[in-house]
Amino acid sequence: MADVAVIDYGMGNLRSVSKAIEHVAPGLTVCVTADPAEVARAGRVVFPGQGAMPDCMREMDARGLRAAVLDAARSKPFLGICIGLQMLFERSDEGGVAGLGLFAGHVRKFAADAMVDAAGARLKVPHMGWNGVRQLQPHPLWAGIDDGARFYFVHSYYVETADRALVAGETDYPHPFTCAIARDNVFAAQFHPEKSAAAGLRLLANFVGWQPRSMPLGERK
Amino acid sequence: MLAKRIIPCLDVKAGRVVKGVNFVGLRDAGDPVEVAARYDEQGADELTFLDITASSDERDLILPIIEAVAAQVFIPLTVGGGVRAVADVRRLLNAGADKVSINTAAVQNPQLVADASARYGAQCIVGAVDARRMPGEGAPRWEVFTHGGRKPTGRDASEWGLDLQRLGAGEILLTSMDRDGTRIGFDLELTRAFADALDIPVIASGGVGTLEHLADGIALGHADAVLAASIFHYGEFTVQQAKQLMASRGIEVRL
Repeated sequence: MADVAVIDYGMGNLRSVSKAIEHVAPGLTVCVTADPAEVARAGRVVFPGQGAMPDCMREMDARGLRAAVLDAARSKPFLGICIGLQMLFERSDEGGVAGLGLFAGHVRKFAADAMVDAAGARLKVPHMGWNGVRQLQPHPLWAGIDDGARFYFVHSYYVETADRALVAGETDYPHPFTCAIARDNVFAAQFHPEKSAAAGLRLLANFVGWQPRSMPLGERK
Repeated sequence: MLAKRIIPCLDVKAGRVVKGVNFVGLRDAGDPVEVAARYDEQGADELTFLDITASSDERDLILPIIEAVAAQVFIPLTVGGGVRAVADVRRLLNAGADKVSINTAAVQNPQLVADASARYGAQCIVGAVDARRMPGEGAPRWEVFTHGGRKPTGRDASEWGLDLQRLGAGEILLTSMDRDGTRIGFDLELTRAFADALDIPVIASGGVGTLEHLADGIALGHADAVLAASIFHYGEFTVQQAKQLMASRGIEVRL
């Protein structure tokens, strides 16, 4: 049984995620897997995602991983990354696709033609590069990370949720958007901790040591 | 606020980092993993590896290099050079690249950009453009060159940039052939022409000789990121010094 399972549904660079976790937790076993049984057995789960959300949803379902992802998100420390954050919500403007519906909210696209900063300079889409993250609630995964620390982003869509209690972090581009959410045993980020140098590695180290106080389905074997 | 990025570029040939002048005359600049780790420590925002190996037999030599770097350096890695097919993109991403840059093959087969972008997402497809100023009066124009800058295409660079954006590139790596290796600064007119016309980020490249040049690329060229090789390779300047200079000019950077 792996300590950490990185869910592999054929979308994106998973080596980076697993290498970064191995780097911060050399004693742990990390597996990259598409096997629902292995996800179910793992102590904690990372749910990454890259590319387009409709493709991510389709590939996840094609591998029969939906139930395993939902179960993990209710029963063990769970870290969503990038599209792995977006997929937890109800629906995305990207292809009009439905997400897993674990949380209330929609995934919206940055409006490329309306993007200017305070100085009037044009902001590009995708939002690509290092941006500051405001920590809106204390959380074990923020431990040792400065409020406002920069993380690496690359995305054209972002999560919009009316549930403010869910929001763990916000970033401005140019308006504030939700870049991290947290509830019970789930933490999910729009940025890429595995590509965010020291701040990102610290967040991953915090994740592998995280013991959530509450999990909807309780502790599982 | 989103920081402007500084991207050291490592040209790789037969497993070593090298640096040429005007695309010829190579000098050895060190072991790729060591160089990458040093730039990471200095605060580089990303790294770009360009495989300038001539023969396709030796091209796979870059894969273990990318694997080794990706296991030790946790910032975004872009890899380019010799990418001909979607399968090449997949190999590089699997080795640990976050983005793959496509140059000659994109000109020869634009569908490759569309296919790779549809399969892996625009965020990991970089359209690399080598541009050379065309002689003549009036508004400046630039021509796209391929094959490491050796082959003219007759194609207008600005139009090609728009094509790449439409095809699904998530970013443009723009190199001035006139300036590359000269150390007299970016072609700022070229940089601005691209940065102002495109919705996607533009990385300026070619000609950096001083830290001021890097800041100029952002402040005057309107680039979203600046790429340089030689000023960092030989210990002349560190990435940290470049960022301090940029910050002193009011440019948002990750310090």
